[in-house]
Amino acid sequence: MTRKTRRLWLVIACVACLGTAAALILRAFSSDIVFFVTPSQVEASPPPADRTVKLGGMVVAGSVKRDKHGETPIATFAVTDGQAAVTVHYEGILPDLFREGQSVVAIGTVQPDHDFVASEVLAKHDETYMPKEVAEALKKSGKWDPRFGPPPSAASWNTMTVQDAGKNLSAPTTAPN
Amino acid sequence: MLSPELGHYALALACVLAAVQGIIPLIGASRRDVRLMALAPGLAIGQMIALGVSFLSLVYAAVTDDFSVQNIAENSAVSKPLLYKITGVWGNHEGSILLWALILGLCGAAVAAFGRNLPSALRARVIAVLGLVATGFELFCLTTSDPFARVWPAPMDGQGMNPLLQDPGLAFHPPILYTGYVGFAVPFAFAIAALIEGRVDAAWGRWVRPWAVAAWCFLTCGIAMGSWWSYYVLGWGGYWFWDPVENASLIPWLTGTALIHSAIVVEKREALKIWTVLLAIGTFSFSLSGTFLVRSGILNSVHAFANDPARGVFILGLLGVVIGGSLALFAYRAPTLTAGGLFAPVSREGALVLNNILLCSLCAVVLTGTMYPPFMSLLFDRTISVGKPFFDATTIPLALPLFIFMGFGPMLPWKRAQLWPVLQKLWLAAIVAAVACAVAVFTLSGVLPILCAAAALWIIAASLTDIAERTRLFRTSFATSIQRARMLPRAIVGTAIAHAGVGITVLGLAAMSQAQHKIVEVPIGTTEQLAGYEWTLKAVEDEPGPNYTAMVATLEVRRHGRLITVMHPSKRSFNSQNQTTTDVAIHTNLLADLYGVLGDRHGSDTSPTYVLRLHYNPLAPWMWLGALIMAFGGALSLSDRRMRVGAPQRARPSPATTSVS
Repeated sequence: MTRKTRRLWLVIACVACLGTAAALILRAFSSDIVFFVTPSQVEASPPPADRTVKLGGMVVAGSVKRDKHGETPIATFAVTDGQAAVTVHYEGILPDLFREGQSVVAIGTVQPDHDFVASEVLAKHDETYMPKEVAEALKKSGKWDPRFGPPPSAASWNTMTVQDAGKNLSAPTTAPN
Repeated sequence: MLSPELGHYALALACVLAAVQGIIPLIGASRRDVRLMALAPGLAIGQMIALGVSFLSLVYAAVTDDFSVQNIAENSAVSKPLLYKITGVWGNHEGSILLWALILGLCGAAVAAFGRNLPSALRARVIAVLGLVATGFELFCLTTSDPFARVWPAPMDGQGMNPLLQDPGLAFHPPILYTGYVGFAVPFAFAIAALIEGRVDAAWGRWVRPWAVAAWCFLTCGIAMGSWWSYYVLGWGGYWFWDPVENASLIPWLTGTALIHSAIVVEKREALKIWTVLLAIGTFSFSLSGTFLVRSGILNSVHAFANDPARGVFILGLLGVVIGGSLALFAYRAPTLTAGGLFAPVSREGALVLNNILLCSLCAVVLTGTMYPPFMSLLFDRTISVGKPFFDATTIPLALPLFIFMGFGPMLPWKRAQLWPVLQKLWLAAIVAAVACAVAVFTLSGVLPILCAAAALWIIAASLTDIAERTRLFRTSFATSIQRARMLPRAIVGTAIAHAGVGITVLGLAAMSQAQHKIVEVPIGTTEQLAGYEWTLKAVEDEPGPNYTAMVATLEVRRHGRLITVMHPSKRSFNSQNQTTTDVAIHTNLLADLYGVLGDRHGSDTSPTYVLRLHYNPLAPWMWLGALIMAFGGALSLSDRRMRVGAPQRARPSPATTSVS
């Protein structure tokens, strides 16, 4: 075998592998990527029902209801970004750090009636830590302006309801405990 | 005696020693000045001792509850058990950077101690490069994350540690993982030294490989431990989240695996030299970015600690200097390295090249999946996430051909091979794989798990066949086979064992895709059916712990009425931090894990109901067992006579020694 054909083999192998990798990535990007949505986006333009999305925001105080369907526990709660609230249904154990008034990320699908059916609910390891997506959503909704200090603490979110969301731009920014 | 000030001073001393270690030997090597070069080992050992003193001071402060040290006040408490006071030292950003520097210092000292047979110029340059890297990180530690900063007035008690981190698995996971990450600094230093010298030859390959293999073993164990921790502590029933922090360890593992294979080609055939140098640079660069990009919060993730953007600038600068500098040096010097010969596609080296291409494609896929979300949010302000579906769909199709070629790659002779005779030797392995495939079709669901299970059996069977062929098992007397097995080079046995370990891990992964689980909310006394087991909730009691109260369930598991085990999953509420953790109960028989998690209590006090999550995880322990076997295989091949550091001489190996088989 000449030097040229050997080099050709090497190039073919490289192109084949990297080409396959690229094709796989592109295919997976079109179907397997999970977009992050905020409650107001769900309200305005809900994603199709077969599309898995991540919903992030704060758990509305007093909205958590636990129910049972046969022996399966079902939790229902509302998630808000200060502009709109979306009702989330979740079959399973809520994470240890799940609290009313704290940030949460739910992974699931939006139903035609704009309710969210979660397959997974994430609350973060650290109580003071807010998921980046939620922090961004809060900034966009005007609930939090980073120029005026740290994000609103759990306590101030606790007292916030859907009704007064969006109008209190001068919300007290108590430092997180 | 061991005061925080002494620790701080020792750290500053180490930084100065590292800077000298990074400059003087380099000058010495370029001037061929033996006296300057001879300073290198002493400096490296001195730097290690200074770092050791510094680290011990921090440990001492933690053990003696010196809350005037800010780091300890923030992360420790009087009530914390002694073990976690010690391991808590590296459970936070400042301490983990110090540990990182200490391990780097140990690597430098190891090169100084075990590298006596290296040519003096090469050794001086390797130690110097390690010194330069160490200078950067010790400066980072001193200027932006001082572990010894005092706080005044000193609090009476510390704030305590995240209870999730109070776990033996997590306590020892960082040192092992870091040793893996930092260990790749040595191949990196060898690569830079070779670029400066302008010389890469077979002897270089032989010197680099033991360091790369050792680092790889630690990294393998570290990743497996992290995965195991997340399985049994986080209580979500899974083992790999495809979280940026986890991917950050997987990426250097993939390129590191490619490196230990391509270094063989350098050693045996003096080919792939430039590529191997690039891989050594790349692996360490990924290790660095893995540890530091993640810590700086650029890639946000569920891993909590140290998201301080102020440090990000320093880290980015440091990464830019180390990675950019080494790549620039590579671009400048690589063309001067003599290129190795090309070789036949069907040959051992051809198979190793294929291994490298596939591993690098896998690495590219994981890298893309990890970096795409932050890029999207930076450039287009769109928040997306990439998870298990993406990585499953992209990595498995690339891994499958890798698994198939892994089977016969080690059996191909060097230089020029015929595929057919090798395949003939593997008929038994092929039958095993086919039978496994047939069994999997009936027991597993999903195309990819079935293919993975078949590939796993193929790898295991082919690795055993390789050993059987070399010992002529069943073709000669048994005693002769044993005799031949004793004479086999340990590197060959190590390869077979490590490959079989991959097979075992893959089999575990394939079986785990069939894991079943069930979430119920039941009163005491209820029996649930899952995976042919009857799970009965017998009782739930409150038990006080040292700094928490626990709700402990008694869960009886029976199969066809016969008692299998009694499990005690619990939920702990920590008094001090208003935090709860779940304590998973796992019963394993090595073929499957029964995994029980206790959730919240609901209902009235007179008739409470409890949320339970029950998992049946087939072959779960095999995933980590396989990783341990891989690391064992690596360690075994490290003990091979040829690999012993310093043994090889810098001379062109005669053709007789180039082929092992």
